[in-house]
Amino acid sequence: MNLEHIVAIASKDLLEVRQNTSAWAAMVILPLIFVVAFPLVILLLPSNPQLAGEMAADPDLVMFIEGLPPSMSQHLVGLDVSQQMVVIMIGFFLAPFLLILPLMCSTIIAAESFAGERERKTIEALLYTPTSDRDLFLGKVLAAFVPSVLLTWLSFAVYTLVVNTVGYSFMGRIWFPIPTWWPLMFWVAPALSALGIGASVIISAKTKTFMGAYQLSGSLVIVVLALIIGQVSGVVYLTVAVGLLTGLVLWIAAAILMTLGARSFTRSMLILN
Amino acid sequence: MQPILTIENLSHAYGKRLALENLTLEARAGEIFGLLGPNGAGKTTAVRLLNGLLKPLSGHMRVLGFDPVTQGEQVRQRSGVLTETPALYERLTAHQNLNFFSILVGMPPNLRNKRIAELLDFFGLTQRADEKVANYSKGMKQRLALARALLQKPALIFLDEPTSALDPEASAQVRDLIASIGRQDGHTVVLCTHILSEAQRLCDRIAILGHGHLLAIGSLAELRQQVLPGLWLDVELWGTPPAGLVEALTVLPGVVEVVVESNDRYRIRVLDEAVVPLIAERVLGMGGRLLRLQPHEVSLEEVYFALQNRVNGGEA
Repeated sequence: MNLEHIVAIASKDLLEVRQNTSAWAAMVILPLIFVVAFPLVILLLPSNPQLAGEMAADPDLVMFIEGLPPSMSQHLVGLDVSQQMVVIMIGFFLAPFLLILPLMCSTIIAAESFAGERERKTIEALLYTPTSDRDLFLGKVLAAFVPSVLLTWLSFAVYTLVVNTVGYSFMGRIWFPIPTWWPLMFWVAPALSALGIGASVIISAKTKTFMGAYQLSGSLVIVVLALIIGQVSGVVYLTVAVGLLTGLVLWIAAAILMTLGARSFTRSMLILN
Repeated sequence: MQPILTIENLSHAYGKRLALENLTLEARAGEIFGLLGPNGAGKTTAVRLLNGLLKPLSGHMRVLGFDPVTQGEQVRQRSGVLTETPALYERLTAHQNLNFFSILVGMPPNLRNKRIAELLDFFGLTQRADEKVANYSKGMKQRLALARALLQKPALIFLDEPTSALDPEASAQVRDLIASIGRQDGHTVVLCTHILSEAQRLCDRIAILGHGHLLAIGSLAELRQQVLPGLWLDVELWGTPPAGLVEALTVLPGVVEVVVESNDRYRIRVLDEAVVPLIAERVLGMGGRLLRLQPHEVSLEEVYFALQNRVNGGEA
């Protein structure tokens, strides 16, 4: 394994992505919506006394809060209904939205790196270098994995900052992040990033355009949608245990896709497809 | 000269379609070796096989002492390839492109900037080294791709259709550069082309391919002797030729064949120069008026089409 080659390939891919405005614009705008716009709306709405009063008097809402599992309700002790709603929304329901980020970022970069390179016909020059197939593959995986995880963690940090600063007067204390977020950010998010890359590699072997690869691998967002719907409908709540288990399943799926992708990433297959 | 590249009975197929069949040839150190043939003749496939990008169906290869099948990395470490399209990263600058590839070919960090500056200077790109390649003309891109192929001063350089997408001016520029590269530092150049004039001008020896087969190989002089042997003469008459002149010339001792190009122009193959006066005498003796009688140097184009005609049964 040649680390210098791997880092050079990853750096070159990132340099190219940086020059692709449509690619990085998506990686900036969506996180801003999720980590700034969403929490601001949720924090500012209950500040309205009329709305807060209506929420407190809503029997369905009260019943919903009473029906939450102990792992969630323990974070609601001593709070009024509108504060409880803020904790439920920001602390639990918005969590899966941030999980879209590693998936989106990794699939954009991986599709650009694997399919985009073939689309622009630059792959052949790369194949004529002495770099091994494995180093080429690892360089491209690294190019997608590291920024997508870093972007997620940076977004998490901004989210934490926004929630605690803007919401301080309303909540009266610094309360975020709650423990359920740690496995989501440091176990599930990297797994989703790896999953997105694995899918992009396999799809890129069959699709010749960046957009084609991105759209197909982007359909993996259904995994995150399942988590969102699962929470809202009360089927599954993202507790620490659920986060750890979800991450494990995703890592196994990512390992399978990566292995299959690596097998298809050989010079002879790349030059022929 | 020692062979730097040898191919023995090499075959390769894409699915059921044979791209190369029992190809045997060698290129010698320091020469510009041409692989000449129409599109689909197997030139690019040969380059890919020789660099270990593809595995052959059968046959053996040695490139710079290595077997590309098992030692592809060693071959690629010592060879440079200019692909059919420049395959440059257009969102990056020329300097960034060369720097990236200099790392991949294993150039030590302390030598990179000096080598890149040398190449940019040699190819006339220094002034625009920090400009994105997307803004370059086709000719500039091809020059930069050539520079990339030369980064590690490779012993062997493969150039796949280096001028096919260029305008005449850029083509001439690139051809001049290839000629000068070929004479420098003992580089061996394998030039894949379908442009006959380019091969004739640049190559020391040429292998002509057709449908994956080797049709002929040698220097232009050797190819002439193999395909269109003998001395050729161009004969042009003034006015209407005498009746029966072609038949009279054909039966002259030492005349091998007479090709009628038009009513008053013939191309005649003879055994040696001694036949030339006999032809002049016969034309004049029959009342013909001789405008021109001169030796004709057979071009690579004539050799090439004669070969293709033979392969295609006279259809080409």
